[in-house]
Amino acid sequence: MGGTVSAQEAAASLLEVRGLTKVFGTLTACDHIDLTIEKGEIHALLGENGAGKSTLVKMLFGSLEPHSGEIRWDGQPVRMTSPSVAKKLGIGMVFQHFSLFEALTAAENIALSLDDGAPIGSIAAKARALSYSYGLPLDPDSLVGDLSVGERQRIEIIRCLLQAPQLIILDEPTSVLTPQEADKLFETLERLRAEGKSILYISHRLEEVKRLCDRATVLRHGKVVGHCNPREETAASLARMMVGNEVKSAERTPITLDGAQELLSVCGLSRKPAGPFSMPLKNIWLSVKAGEILGIAGVAGNGQGELFEALSGEVQQTSADAVRIRGKDAGKLDITGRRLLGAAFVPEERLGHGAAPRMKLSENLLLSRYATDGKAFVGSGGMVKSGAVYEAAQRIVRIMDVRKSAPDPEAAALSGGNLQKFIVGRELDRQPTVMIVNQPTWGVDAGASAHIRQALIELARGGSAVLVISQDLDELFEISDAIAVMHNGELSKPIPIAEATFERIGLLMGGAAPGHVYQKLETA
Amino acid sequence: MRLELVKRPQRSMLFSALSPFIAFALTVVAGAILFALLGINPLTAFYTYFISPITEVWQLHELAIKAAPLILIAVGLSVCFRSNIWNIGAEGQFVFGAIVGSVVPVLYPEMQGPFVLPLMLLMGMVGGAVYAAIPAFLKTRFNTNEILTSLMLVYVAQLFLDWLVRGPWRDPKGFNFPQTVQFNPSAVLPELMPMSGRANLGFVFALVAAVLVWILMSRMLKGFEIRVLGSSPRAGRFAGFSFNRMVFFAFMLSGALAGLAGISEVSGAIGQLQPSISPGYGFTAIIVAFLGRLNPLGIVAAGLVLGLTYLGGEAAQSVLGISDKVARVFQGMLLFFVLGCDTLIHYRIRLVGLAPAPKLDASPKLEEAN
Repeated sequence: MGGTVSAQEAAASLLEVRGLTKVFGTLTACDHIDLTIEKGEIHALLGENGAGKSTLVKMLFGSLEPHSGEIRWDGQPVRMTSPSVAKKLGIGMVFQHFSLFEALTAAENIALSLDDGAPIGSIAAKARALSYSYGLPLDPDSLVGDLSVGERQRIEIIRCLLQAPQLIILDEPTSVLTPQEADKLFETLERLRAEGKSILYISHRLEEVKRLCDRATVLRHGKVVGHCNPREETAASLARMMVGNEVKSAERTPITLDGAQELLSVCGLSRKPAGPFSMPLKNIWLSVKAGEILGIAGVAGNGQGELFEALSGEVQQTSADAVRIRGKDAGKLDITGRRLLGAAFVPEERLGHGAAPRMKLSENLLLSRYATDGKAFVGSGGMVKSGAVYEAAQRIVRIMDVRKSAPDPEAAALSGGNLQKFIVGRELDRQPTVMIVNQPTWGVDAGASAHIRQALIELARGGSAVLVISQDLDELFEISDAIAVMHNGELSKPIPIAEATFERIGLLMGGAAPGHVYQKLETA
Repeated sequence: MRLELVKRPQRSMLFSALSPFIAFALTVVAGAILFALLGINPLTAFYTYFISPITEVWQLHELAIKAAPLILIAVGLSVCFRSNIWNIGAEGQFVFGAIVGSVVPVLYPEMQGPFVLPLMLLMGMVGGAVYAAIPAFLKTRFNTNEILTSLMLVYVAQLFLDWLVRGPWRDPKGFNFPQTVQFNPSAVLPELMPMSGRANLGFVFALVAAVLVWILMSRMLKGFEIRVLGSSPRAGRFAGFSFNRMVFFAFMLSGALAGLAGISEVSGAIGQLQPSISPGYGFTAIIVAFLGRLNPLGIVAAGLVLGLTYLGGEAAQSVLGISDKVARVFQGMLLFFVLGCDTLIHYRIRLVGLAPAPKLDASPKLEEAN
């Protein structure tokens, strides 16, 4: 550990981290991390999911304690025992997942995090003034539950700025924003830098890092693999540093869909919200033809999860023809009934939804296949043919290149990417006619992502209909033949990929474009 | 200073297997201290408690009689517990099964023949299953806590039995004792080896049930369904399994086995209904299920161990002159140590000082890799 930094050197930097290490059980999430943040810079922390970025910033913010290593603030060694210590020093944090009470107003949420007991009126006034001066307009009296994700993020940022921090940590701030909202955020960050504040910017989006950040530290498997100036790098060279090797993107052969059979159709699907803050589905129409991949874009929490549940049959419809699979009414069928019509589903959540964590891979194969492959996997009297199930699981492992440490490990023992490859492979192995996937590569490393995307394209080109719900626009542009956008529980008309641009999709994601829904489109 | 439990990165297979034995050894040590405090030589006490009840063949028969209901009930409970359904009311299902199964010999004593006994057993199983369906219905319909409802139904069943044997079902020629008529011979569960002891068919039922449930849980799709829904309900729903159906299945299966245990006990070991027909088998079976690691085959061994504590308690009462409640103390300690050992397989204990340590190398938090 580098404990021999001289006082002058250390005094120059706002934050200096030497040899910071955090171990969870057998996993070393952060392994001797060195990081220096100067005053008035935007410093990027780059790395794939699972590289250790979140663990590192949690240690910097005092919500996790390191096993070893030291943190210096303005040259002084400090010990971050809790977030309140970090706040007192002048570190503010905007989390990827917001910690706001939906039933309270913006001002009330801000007041909760300030310990000074100031009256709510003065807090609201301060928040309003601050928000306008930074170009992030915010109404402090609005109820958080009614606000969009971008507006909620503003509350978090304002809340952080009210404490006049020297260092602001932003964890994947643009993952929930439309491209236009992100631009707005970048302007604010540049202003903060001009005022001499430092920003630690965590992201895996390389273009925005190149545009915004002065320096970058790249993490891979919990270790620092390099420091660089992102402006002197290309997106490809940064990706190589993050991933460790060249990343190839999926190849999509063009296709004409004239006269192709409609395999999945949704006609006027509506769904009441399941809870006070969950999204209703409003009159959704869509159709996917044989050979086609339809992408559904949208900012998180605009009804994508609800749509997946409705399509999979985990929640059934009131009218049988609201969802049709291979031309047959499926609205009143449960998930098993829809699978028997030839549909396959991959949910967003891997552990606990798509797979049972404490069960073996072979048992997790049986989970979604016991009915569709009843003859192969289940014998007379309901006895499971465990030999056949095991063989099939091994076949999927081979085809999808699933890396694992034991012949038939528990699902929870696999890394996220490898488990996702298995779950996608489990459904592809059936050659489904209709495949519905929610967030196919969420939290999956680049190599595995490319593999999964290519497999989805090949399935479609083989004559199946594929519906991909994703918040990753790059992914949708890479694999989709058309993209529709979900906003506020409504689905836009699909835009053919040839006509789709980031800007056009981004406007739809923000709900700002006219003609968001079919009816509106007709009157526009 | 405070204690914290820290999750272990992985379980030790060795200690998982040894855990029941370590728990038993700790129970013996704690028991020795207990006896010493009572002024009894621990060696004498243990001989009386654990060895003397099984030194002769007829005593092994008695052990089988005690173990049979424990195994039957615990095998059913293991299905419930594996599916994360907390059926604490097996004692009530045991009693209710015994009542329903006794309808024929008590109300229609003139009915005799080879069909009587199978009919009684069947009715006992149906009675237990129906009684267990009540908490299942309440849970699936109103989302009530099955621990409370199933436990409260135990007292309902016990008091109903008490009322029956003191009131409408009392033997008119029984000198006003609170008990029913003695069952006629065709309503009595046959003994296995009448020459050497009293053990009856109930023990065979227990072994058969253990093997069948083991096959169900480890080899059949239905068992897979139960395990999936028990360990991750959302994945179970994704698989297309119905949680509500499984709640009824688990409750009614364990209720049927408890009911079978109840009617077997009444028609075999007792021979009539009386106010109390169980020394707490339904509750002790919870210990048996966990000591047997919720594995039906492990439960057979655990049932024999716990059956021995009942016999030891009786022996200790007659030989050493101490209360037979000592048996309950032993059972309680055993459950305590079993659960303690199981917890320590998954977690380790960490001592945490309240004052902040001056150095950066401590990580005193209950944490998990995400």
